[in-house]
This record gives sequence, structure tokens and C-alpha cells, in this order.
Amino acid sequence: MSPVIPIRAGSGCSDAPVRRERGQREVFCGLTGIIWLHRKIQDAFFLVVGSRTCAHLIQSAAGVMIFAEPRFATAILDERDLAGLADAQDELDRVVTRLLQRRPEIRLLFLVGSCPSEVIKLDLARAAQRLSAQFSPAVRVLNYSGSGIETTFTQGEDACLAALVPQLAAASDDAPALMVVGALADVVEDQFARLFAELGIGSVSFLPARRAARMPAISAGTRFLLAQPFLADTARALEARGARRLAAPFPLGAEGTTAWLRAAADAFGVSAARFERVTAPGRERAARALARHRLLLGGKRIFFFPDSQLEIPLARFLSRELQVELVEVGTPYLHRQHLAEELALLPEGTALSEGQHLEQQLDRCRAARPDLVVCGLGLANPLEAEGLTTKWSIELVFTPVQGYEQAGDLAELFTRPLLRREKLVA
Amino acid sequence: MQLTLWTYEGPPHVGAMRVATAMKDVHYVLHAPQGDTYADLLFTMIERLPRRPPVTYTTFQARDLGSDTAELFKTAARDAFERFKPAAMLVGASCTAELIQDDPGGLARALELPIPVVALELPAYQRKENWGAAETFYQLVRTLAGPKVATPAVPRPTRAEGARPRCNLLGPTALGFRHRDDLREIRALVERMGIEINVTAPLDATPADIARLGDADFNVVLYPETASQAAHWLKRSFGQPFTRTIPIGAGATREFIAEVAQLAGIEAPALEDERSHAPWYARSVDSTYLTGKRVFVFGDATHAVAAARVASREMGFTVVGIGTYSREFAREIREAAALYGVEPLITDDYLEVEARVAELQPELVLGTQMERHIAKRLGVPCAVISAPVHVQDFPARHSPQMGFEGANVLFDTWVHPLMMGLEEHLIGMFRGDFEFHEDAAPSHLGGHVGTPAGVETPTLIEIVKEQAPAATAPEIVIDRHAEGPPAGITAMWAPDAEKELRKIPFFVRGKARRNTERYAQDHGVPVITIETLYDAKAHFSR
Repeated sequence: MSPVIPIRAGSGCSDAPVRRERGQREVFCGLTGIIWLHRKIQDAFFLVVGSRTCAHLIQSAAGVMIFAEPRFATAILDERDLAGLADAQDELDRVVTRLLQRRPEIRLLFLVGSCPSEVIKLDLARAAQRLSAQFSPAVRVLNYSGSGIETTFTQGEDACLAALVPQLAAASDDAPALMVVGALADVVEDQFARLFAELGIGSVSFLPARRAARMPAISAGTRFLLAQPFLADTARALEARGARRLAAPFPLGAEGTTAWLRAAADAFGVSAARFERVTAPGRERAARALARHRLLLGGKRIFFFPDSQLEIPLARFLSRELQVELVEVGTPYLHRQHLAEELALLPEGTALSEGQHLEQQLDRCRAARPDLVVCGLGLANPLEAEGLTTKWSIELVFTPVQGYEQAGDLAELFTRPLLRREKLVA
Repeated sequence: MQLTLWTYEGPPHVGAMRVATAMKDVHYVLHAPQGDTYADLLFTMIERLPRRPPVTYTTFQARDLGSDTAELFKTAARDAFERFKPAAMLVGASCTAELIQDDPGGLARALELPIPVVALELPAYQRKENWGAAETFYQLVRTLAGPKVATPAVPRPTRAEGARPRCNLLGPTALGFRHRDDLREIRALVERMGIEINVTAPLDATPADIARLGDADFNVVLYPETASQAAHWLKRSFGQPFTRTIPIGAGATREFIAEVAQLAGIEAPALEDERSHAPWYARSVDSTYLTGKRVFVFGDATHAVAAARVASREMGFTVVGIGTYSREFAREIREAAALYGVEPLITDDYLEVEARVAELQPELVLGTQMERHIAKRLGVPCAVISAPVHVQDFPARHSPQMGFEGANVLFDTWVHPLMMGLEEHLIGMFRGDFEFHEDAAPSHLGGHVGTPAGVETPTLIEIVKEQAPAATAPEIVIDRHAEGPPAGITAMWAPDAEKELRKIPFFVRGKARRNTERYAQDHGVPVITIETLYDAKAHFSR
């Protein structure tokens, strides 16, 4: 297997120092992952066991989606639940039974832990086992934690998928198979499935699958590609079941997508000529789409506040394919191993930060006066009012951005605020 | 444990944030886990504030649990004081921090900050957002104005001869439904009465302003949900009476003026000026068709009670239901319900509200953004009268609910989703015309949004057919969303009866259909024939 990207010692940001900060963090908790995960797994239901704050958070983040017959809800703990633990388990059984009677089409139920349920040590794992036994085979009940004390935003997806891994069926043999891991928009997933088919990689599956009954099987022959950078625990769980990770940068932009596909192509012995032939049209289209945005973005200075762990791959894409200058790239959590290929591609000397001390980071941002600030919705308008141009980061998680066909859309997410500012001033 | 899909109110610390964010020179240090900062975006996105709420979160994580979190809190409080230099500080815990039992009040006291620090006890597992706002405001008032409370038995000094009477305006907060514009409206109204405004709070007040609250002669309470606790304390401590009338609607505004004049000890001025358009609009003949339109009202108690009064006495609607999500104000809603002879609905479960709306089949729903979605699903016109609301209900234009301009806004807002009388009449006259037919959506609604009252888009046969599977399905409350109105219709319409029904002018056809179906149901008629139609007509016209 040839290396995906030639990595020279000392190149890029491989060994770059990272500023580690602690303090106030302006980030979502892992519960937020429910909002896109429930769209992806169409017969799953997410029941948060938490407080009114949790319910309020999900509703604030889900916006109007909550009315489109959502497959998520909150079992709000009240005083009686806090009084004694045995009682809380009974209560949970009652809530789940009622829920499943109302929603007979549900096949997979996630009990999602929150800060309150973790702090009072409500044993959701045991509850999931008990309820699974009770409702099997119609419904499987799993649990994971999306609490703020343990997970940041997209890590909720990691925790959810990691809970799914032990449930995956064992494949009948150890034949080589490819598994793409991480929830992708359906349109992106379909594009990748077509590309893998054209490359001649026969057995390709996606985790999570769109239905609970169609989750992929796993074996020692499974090679998996992470489609998202925030899947540390999921990768570990997959490796524990014998699967092996294919190291690659993430499929953002033309370059990232090519390198990501190549990692799979190399592992499955696809010839260079075939790879070239299959990927050329996509690369060419992406290059055309990006050229337009490069005119506006080239030379602009960008600052990333930590949010989703997508910051480093995005910064790599912006700097290498659009000639954007990186002022600071903040990430809530930096997984050195999974991001090794990305770090190697970042320009040397990029200021990297992990964690957050909000006020100090704001001070740095204000001092640097970047052309574009990528941040959450709590900061975006206040920074705009200070005269900075912002791109709100959540959109990068909800919008289809991976792959060749979305490279232009991804660039546009960054050009639009700049263009708007120009128009309004003119 | 309570199964919840949607919550009308946030947790109590969000109420505290609404008070802190409304004020100036106040900072709130909130002991809370990572993630609770989501609440910031309610203020920066929904209310579009151009600044961050003045809140510092400790954002503790799992690895901090243990003795570390107390230290984390102290550091955060100390840093926040040094950075923001507030004139007063609020400290408290969110739901998770309440469980780990650090004592923010005690920890903050140990820091010996040179400013007043208000420790908030907000029981997150019992209480909700509005209660949190009221409690926070009350504690702030007690702490800051408390030192000025006169010794008992010392009478309140009388106003100097010739001095203008003075009042405080209490209640408006950040994230309040139209609080900004109500305040502007009522401030102008009170000032035109020759009364001086001492302090408005919490919105725009500084801690120094709060300390001056006792200087006023009386208080104007705009929103009892947030201000009544503080107003009661001010009454006890400073002998300040406070207003009970909520000036929503032209009639209530007139009463409000009279009440304020009485508290100020002045002659009530005649202030109903040329800006008061709503009463005339409601009398104009175009509004005749509004008579008896059946309206369902839901929201916070203050807005629901006020809206029901306007609906019934100023618009000529029939109130067929009233409810609130705030248990603290259940009594007010029960009283109002008795006034209109309807069942009160006290619930924070929006599925119950939906069931009630479906059952009552009103022609207009006045509610929160949840009722907006319920009404949309059921094809009923709707207007928003109360929080919780989404971003479009923090409008750029001046859009109060209170005062005479507020009454104008209410008239426009409520009538807009209904088809205008003239339009309805024209469509009736040109029925069958290819452009002006009865199935055409009202021009101002655009596209085919919902089915306004009186307009029968799908035929009844189609509706019954569509609903047939739902009727046999088990009682699935959540599923009901997808199927539209629940299957309350048992009788089928025979084709000729259906045809006959369509000959009835369509603006009364909805009523005819409802009455006939009720008649059929009451009399166990399985298929509605022409006979049934006229039997029902005779029955109901008695």
C-alpha cells in the first residue's frame, strides 16, 4: 500500500505545537448530534434522558424541524426521579413503553445520556439491556452519552456510532470489504457509492445505514474509511472487532476527496490508470467550480473558533485549494492520529489551538482582525456588530459538503458572507 | 419523568439570563456544564442582539467533577468581575450544577467582590423559565433596593406640591414577546398623562436604577409573569401600589389609563387620539363577517386573557377555548374561561393543545409558535399572541401589542390570516369564475398555505377517505401529526348530499358542514343524505 500523501518529516503541521486552552467553551453538547442522526437512520428514535435544559437545547437547535414528526424526545427528570434511583428505572420503563406503543414503526431506540443523567449516575446501559430484552426482536434499545460534560457537538455522533459497533453482525467470511464511517448526506453517500463501484471496489457499506436492519456486517477483512474527523471512539470500537482503518485526509475539496478515494483504491488494488479515469471528471468539475471562488477568497485571512473538529480539514481545504490565509485554527479536540494526513498538508506555522478559553480567544481574534471568522451562532451576530465578517459553523455540519460535486458549494459557504458584506456596503 | 417533544418554557436559568441580558452593568456567572451556552443563541439569533448576553459559564466537564468544580466557579467569577467590571453580579447554577451541589452563593461571597452579588436559587427540576425570570428580578430588587426600605411606621413622604407623579414600569425583559415596542408605547402613553417615569426595569435598567425603585409613587406592571413578585415586595416595602390592568386592546388601554390616573391621583385624560384606528375598523362593514368567528386562545396567561377579551369584545369573535402553559397563572385562565363559558386548558404538553384545537375546530387560533404549527397542520388560520416565538416575531418595525397602536397591530395581525370580508364577498359573487372561484387561496396568503376557514379545498369525500385509515389505527398521539385532523368524523357524505352542500354559499358552508356532521353523529346517522342535511338545518335553526 503506497502512502496516500508523501509525508516528509517536519512538513506541514505534523509536529506543530498546539495551544491547549481551558476556560469557558462556547460549544454545543453531543445531544445536538441527534438532529442530523435521526434524519439519517430512518427508523431510529432518540430518547434523551435529561432535564428541561436538554429538551430546550434540542428544540432551539432543531428549529422548526421539531414539528415534522420528529423521532426524538426528552424524558425530563423531575424531583421524584432525583429522590431514588430504583424509581427512575421504573419511570424510564414506563416512558419507553408508552413511546413504543405510540410509535410501532420504530426499530432502534437510543437512550441518550445527558449531564443530569450522568451526574446522578442513572444506569442507562442497564436500562437499555433490560428494555432490549423486553421489546426484542421488534426493537433494539441502545444507549450512549451525549452529555456536555463528556462530548462536544459532533462527538455525539461518535458516541452513537460507537454504541452501534458491538451490535454489527459478523460477516460470514473475512473477504475484503470497505466500510465508510460517518453520517453523510444521502446525496453525498450515493455519489461515493457510485465512485467506489466505478473503481471496482465491490463490497462497500456505510455506517450508519439508513435503516436499523441494514447496518453493515463486520469482519477482519473490513477496511474502513472515516468520512468525518470526529469518530475516535467509533474507530477504536471497529478496530476492536478486527477492522482496520485506512489512513487518509477527509473528503473535503477536490484534493481531500481524491486522497480519500485513493486510500481506498490503494487498499483494494485499483490500478492507477483506472483511478485516474474514474476520478478525472469529478476533479475537473470541482476545479472549475472552485476557480470562481478563489478569486474572492484568495489571500483572505480566516479565523476558526472550535466547534465540530471539522476545522482542520476545512482549513486545509481553504488554504490549499483557495489560497486562504489561516490566522488561527481552533478545534474542540485534536485526534493526532486520525488527523495526521491533514496536519501534514497544513501550511507550516499555522496557529493551532485545542479546547477554548473564550474570552482570550476573542481577544486574539479581535487583535488579528481576520477577514472571515468561523464561529457558532452565539458569537456570530455580536462579532458582526463589531465589524467582523462571520460564517456560522453549524451550517458546515448540516450541509452536504463532502466529495467532488460539493466542493464548490463548500467554498460558497465561505464566499457568501464576504460577498454579502461587499454588496451591503456598496 | 415526563415525555416531552416540545417545551413552551426553558429552564429557570434561561429566565435569569433574560433579566441579566435586559439590564446594563449586570453580569451573570452561571455554574453550568459545557453545552449550556446554547442559550446564548436565543438572544443573538432569535432576538438578534448585536452583543453577547452578559453571561459567563463555568463549562465544567466530566474530568472536572469532584472538588475541582468549586474552584472552577471561583475562577470564572473572579475573571468575569475583572474583565467586565459589572455594577452587580448574579450567580447561580444550571440544572446539572444543581446536582453537584457546589454553592455558588457561598463561593461568590468568599471572593469578597466589591459589588452586590445576588445568589439565585432556581430549582431547575420544579420550575421553569418565567418563574426564573420573576425570581431573579425579585432577588435583584430586594438586594439593590432593599437597603432603602424605610423603617416601619414611618409614613411615606407625600409628594411635594406641584411635583409630577412618578412611576416605574416593571416587567419587560430580553427575549420577551414585543417587550421593546410595548415599553416604547406605554412609556409614551404614561408620559402624555403628565406622569414621570422613574425607572423601567429590568429592560434597560442599571443596578443603580434598581436601587432607585423606591422613589416612585406607584408601579406599572406590564407583565405579571416577570414582575408581579417584585411588585408585591415593592408594595410591602415602599407602600407602592401597582396596576392590575394589562393595556392590551383599546378597551383595556382605556381602563389602564383610568387606573394609572387614579394611582397617580390625577384626572384621567382623554387620550384616545387619531391613532386609535382599530375600534373604527372593527365597526366598519367590512368587519361584519368577523362576527361570531370561533377563536381558540392559548399562550402565557397575561396575553391569553387579554387576547380573549379583545377577541370577544373588540372583534366580535366567539371564544371557544382558552388555555395557558404557565401553571403559576392557572387561576387567571380559569376565571377567564368561566367568563366565556368554556373549559380552561392548563397544560404544557402541546399534544394536548393540538387535541383540543382539533376537537373544537375553531376558525382562528391565537397562540404561540407551537399553535402556529398546530394550526398549519390542521389548516386553520392562526396569529401569534404570546411567547415562545420564533425570529419573525421579533420584527424590525414598531409592532407593540399594548396601547392604542398595539390595538391597531392586533387588528391587522388577527384579521390578516382570515380572508378579508370584501374578498370573501367578491369570491362569493363571482363563484365559478375561473379566477375568482371559491377554491382560490386568499391573495395575501400566497400559494396554497393551509385552508382558510370557509374555503373547502378538498371535497369532504376526499377528506373522509383520507382519514379512514387513521380512524382504524390505534390512538397514536404523535402520529396524528402526519394525518391532519384526527378522525372525529364518523358519518360519510352521500354524493348528492355533498353536491347539495356545495350549493350553500361557501362562507356559511363550513358551519353547515360542521352542524350536519354533529347532527349525524348525535343521531347515529351513518351516511349523510340530502335529508340529513336539511334535518340538521332545521335542528340547529330552532
